[in-house]
Amino acid sequence: MSSALFVPLAHALFCLGVYGILTRRHAIGILLSIELILNAAVLNFALFSRLFSHVAAQIFALFIIALAACEAVVGLAIVLSLARTAKTVFADGATLLKG
Amino acid sequence: MVVAGCVAAVVLTGAVWVVTLRNLFRAALSLGLVLLGVAGLFILLEAEFLAFVQVLVYVGAILTLVVFAIMVTAKLEPPEAVAASRQSLPAAAASLGLFVVLVTATRPLLQARVASAEPVSLAAVGQQLVTTLVLPFEVISLVFVSVVVGAIVIATPRGPRSPE
Repeated sequence: MSSALFVPLAHALFCLGVYGILTRRHAIGILLSIELILNAAVLNFALFSRLFSHVAAQIFALFIIALAACEAVVGLAIVLSLARTAKTVFADGATLLKG
Repeated sequence: MVVAGCVAAVVLTGAVWVVTLRNLFRAALSLGLVLLGVAGLFILLEAEFLAFVQVLVYVGAILTLVVFAIMVTAKLEPPEAVAASRQSLPAAAASLGLFVVLVTATRPLLQARVASAEPVSLAAVGQQLVTTLVLPFEVISLVFVSVVVGAIVIATPRGPRSPE
């Protein structure tokens, strides 16, 4: 069955998302990497639901997609508020609390 | 099998573009490519409902919102070319180590799989959603309401206070 070969693909997407979070300077670039990580988790759940005929795993994947939408909404609201307050959109430019 | 390999290659290439492209709009479009490729993988896994939800919610709503946010904040980027990423080598080493850990952790799970597993049917998904998992199903509506209210409160500019 070929679906067992796609689990390393889900792991690779997860690790690419981690790399994106660690290196990106733009705040929305970091949010794109977070969405990549969440999608990798959805793919992982769907793969294991297919491998073991587990229904709850596929439902969990649906809930992860819904929560990813919520998290994207709140994250982008925070980015817009940051852009208005600190006049910058880069994550290392928000230095208002710096001593 | 060949089709699955092509879709997997498209997903992997798009994911590399998402984390490395300097132009953020192209990175968002690459994320759209990754999401569509993963929806194709879901169709190959015979989870069609999940594929439709992925396209509707992820590509249709989240990606549109991200593109809008990129356009709204586009004028805040400095005109000269700045570095898109910092500390790429330690981050690459860390993510590679994480990849090795994940693959070795799931290898015994994949070798002990069920011999003949049928795909999950949509009727079973619907049944579980309204019998066993009805509590998360209802709670997520509360989560949606609170997210919408919170996002509006966060993103609204604070106007000058009017004397009451």
